[in-house]
Amino acid sequence: MNYRQYVNIPTWKFRSPLDELYRIRKQMEELYQDSTVPTQRAGAGVFPLINLTEDKNSYYVRAELPGVKADELDIQVTANNLAISGERKIAAVAEGARYHRREREAGTFSRMIGLPGDINPDKVDAKLKNGLLTVVVSKAEVAKPKQIAVSS
Amino acid sequence: MTDTQSKELKVQEKQEISSSAEQTTPGLVFTPAVDIFETEKEITLLADMPGVKADELSIDLRDNTLTLTTDIASAGDLNEEYILKEYETGRYYRQFTLGELIDQEKIDAKLIDGVLRLSLPKVEKATPKTITVKAG
Repeated sequence: MNYRQYVNIPTWKFRSPLDELYRIRKQMEELYQDSTVPTQRAGAGVFPLINLTEDKNSYYVRAELPGVKADELDIQVTANNLAISGERKIAAVAEGARYHRREREAGTFSRMIGLPGDINPDKVDAKLKNGLLTVVVSKAEVAKPKQIAVSS
Repeated sequence: MTDTQSKELKVQEKQEISSSAEQTTPGLVFTPAVDIFETEKEITLLADMPGVKADELSIDLRDNTLTLTTDIASAGDLNEEYILKEYETGRYYRQFTLGELIDQEKIDAKLIDGVLRLSLPKVEKATPKTITVKAG
């Protein structure tokens, strides 16, 4: 059997036959990453989409909730999880109105967000302004970074 | 068994505009979701624009074309690190052509909770005149 002849072909190695598929998949991923338009990812795919940021003292959770009033929103903190739920209502229209376009939706939503570190549940502040919800969750004292002085 | 609860909201990805003309300021531009409905007296437009303040929004109506533009003046860099970013922020832009004649003096715009409510009253149509023919 011409063993040497087979080994020279770069794709034929002594690994699983799915190697070729992995290579193709990697190339397809690179193809999508090169596009200049930012790819829109829904993340967990649950409404509402959130942006989670942090600084030394707290976590900031932001969500876009247009048309939701502060008393229709329910926010709860349990251990390291933040639960946001509520209902978005769309005002009923007058009789005899004719719709040209209907793109906005109404309905209930509920989402649980797990925060990566320990938090202080007594210092959580939520603000809903202009349809943008900002929740500031303070980190627990043990989770804040502490500078340690080095003595020589 | 019918469920009396209202249905669950699904995620609607923000629609980004990919126009060939370049914007003067860099940044993403989105198309806001709108509801447009019409009654006999006026046309009402509701647009979802979360995070937009009243002074950042400009509404332009000329030549039967209605243009909504926002300018996020206070976008500034946050001194925070991103852990999870599921949506992008940017400006909003949408343009409509209006077929009806609109009374421009009586246009009313309200921005409440990130929802723009634009009332465009229609011009009162001239009452039809009947012309009597005199026999002569």
